[in-house]
Amino acid sequence: MTINWFKYASPAAFYPIAGRLVPVFSIAALGLVLFSLYWGFFETPERLGGSNPQKEYYRIIFVHVPSAWMSMWLYLVLAAWSGIGLVFNTRLSFMMANAIAPTGAIFTFIALWTGAFWGRPSWGTYWDWDPRLTSELILFFMYIGFMALHSAIDDSRRADRAAALLAIVGLVMLPVIYWSINCPDPNNCAALHQRSSLTQIESNILTAMLTMTLGFWLYSFATAFARLQGIILTRELESAWVRDMVSGPTPAASGG
Amino acid sequence: MFQVFLCILKRDLTLALRRRTDVLTTLFFFVIVVSLFPLGVGSERELLRLLGPGVVWVAALLASMLALERLFAADYDDGTLEQLLLAGQPLSLLALAKITAHWLLTGLPLVFIAPLMAMQYALEPVAIGVMMASLAIGTPVLSLLGAIGAALTLGLRGGGILLSLLILPLYIPVLVYGAGAVGVSVIEIADTQPYFYLLGAFLLAGLVLAPPATAAALRISLE
Amino acid sequence: MLEVKDLSCRRGDRLLFSGLSFSLPASTLMHVRGRNGSGKTTLLRALCGLLHPDDGDILWRGESIRELSDDYNRDLLYFGHLNGIKADLTGIENLRVAATLDDDRIDDEEIRGALERIGLMGFEDLPTRMLSQGQKKRVALARLMLSRAPLWILDEPFTALDTDAVAQLEALIAAHVADGGSAVLTTHQEVALTRGEIRRLDLGARPGTTTPVGAAAAA
Repeated sequence: MTINWFKYASPAAFYPIAGRLVPVFSIAALGLVLFSLYWGFFETPERLGGSNPQKEYYRIIFVHVPSAWMSMWLYLVLAAWSGIGLVFNTRLSFMMANAIAPTGAIFTFIALWTGAFWGRPSWGTYWDWDPRLTSELILFFMYIGFMALHSAIDDSRRADRAAALLAIVGLVMLPVIYWSINCPDPNNCAALHQRSSLTQIESNILTAMLTMTLGFWLYSFATAFARLQGIILTRELESAWVRDMVSGPTPAASGG
Repeated sequence: MFQVFLCILKRDLTLALRRRTDVLTTLFFFVIVVSLFPLGVGSERELLRLLGPGVVWVAALLASMLALERLFAADYDDGTLEQLLLAGQPLSLLALAKITAHWLLTGLPLVFIAPLMAMQYALEPVAIGVMMASLAIGTPVLSLLGAIGAALTLGLRGGGILLSLLILPLYIPVLVYGAGAVGVSVIEIADTQPYFYLLGAFLLAGLVLAPPATAAALRISLE
Repeated sequence: MLEVKDLSCRRGDRLLFSGLSFSLPASTLMHVRGRNGSGKTTLLRALCGLLHPDDGDILWRGESIRELSDDYNRDLLYFGHLNGIKADLTGIENLRVAATLDDDRIDDEEIRGALERIGLMGFEDLPTRMLSQGQKKRVALARLMLSRAPLWILDEPFTALDTDAVAQLEALIAAHVADGGSAVLTTHQEVALTRGEIRRLDLGARPGTTTPVGAAAAA
């Protein structure tokens, strides 16, 4: 009796595609990051702001802001894959969510780290209970919780589904948490109306920030696909195609 | 349907009454945690009055957390949870019954012991009343949210630690507004109203959303 | 009646069986056989709907059990490795909860009668934690007497029972099947029931291959 390939085809079929995409995304990401580093260091003004300007150290935002954006975006993507996995019962979606989680956690960590570095000269302290920093910290806990739950469950199927459900619960709760941190006093919600300052930013600064974001995004693709390859290999260890690939003459593609 | 709800509620309450220590440990844990703070930060009245609402609320969070581990664990170990899943009754309803029993046994006692704790922190009678009210509305939300985590970590090694990692971040909104209401009541009692609206909204949303999520988590964990 | 089409299940990342098909009409008993780890319990849990099969369909009276959900559960009685009784409740209380969950209107007299018939007279008001292993199992089996579910799924129901209780349980299952019900069971013990005219399903790896297969054989 043969295995029904229709359903398992996806991980098997996606494995080589992911392998081909990894170098493409890696090179593109490296190029963009280098470009935006150059732009951020040499094409942007030396100081930011009017009456009380930030000096050279403001350049931290070229890493800080893109990684904060990516950390939030990746959680959204992770929750989306989790939802798709739960609804359609597709194993590749869960694998995708798992592959994304570490990258998201790393970006969250970078955002917190660089935030502390930026906070020292501008606020005079490494940590302040600033709503945005606090929300980022909570997001970090969410990523850690997702990964911890997944690794605590031995049965990979249960692990996939449990972590996915947690991701969705987290997605529902995040806006509420974010709101409660931003507005601890419902009688006076000034912090909620914090305007986005994107429009007032000088175009060179914006360019460096946006290209860096794009670079980080491509980097996320590269790491997620590389990690996905590793996950597929370990999960499908018993399948014929993995055994053929490992024992056969064709060398394994760069695994994660 | 209501009969099934009552049946499970009664079952869990009977079981708890036959093993009273479980209920009492939670209560004493709460009392001890709250009582330790003045020893750590000093017993200056003004400082305690400032810290009081937050400390009581954080202790309530931890106590609720501690008790959650047992919410489904016993039923999981003896196979009755399996039977609940196959009972031919809506699992959300059964989960809600279990959560209700859990709150009656671990949340409600906190509401009644809170005034005693508040006196340790030299809170005004008005603030004590607000604290009881906020705990009465807030602790069910903790039980509802926590049930999802308890269902997800069912039967895992070190499930308790993991549970706190998963669930404590989700408790933040309840903590912020629960403790906030008590804090603000010292200044202006009328200002507490929006806090209670928000806590009430959380409770309603929790009642609607948490039981199905818990049911889904139970199905995943029992597969 | 129960119908299984092209079922495959995996535990973790290991495929236990695939392409398993059989049907179980009313008034039949099926004995699922196989060595340890061949997926007997997994199959039974899949039949209950506790476990999501990887592929294939399970139909009850022509409808998927996923869609029937609670309606299917009402027609089903599952008896697993765990007894499913609370140690701190008495036999009567345990059975009362079980009956309420099954929407059965059963009074205490009936429950008392069932416990008496299964040999627990005088023990019905004791918390079950005071009972022996075999007696606990009997409390759980008393559910079979009270149940009106047409489909019984029994995973190793004979373990820990003495010969009297085994005979009683066999009679119970036989009566259920004769009454138009159907039952699926696993057992490692040779009992008279499994030697009779029943269906058999063999699970397990074919010798010499590592690919797990499912093979159905009807006697």
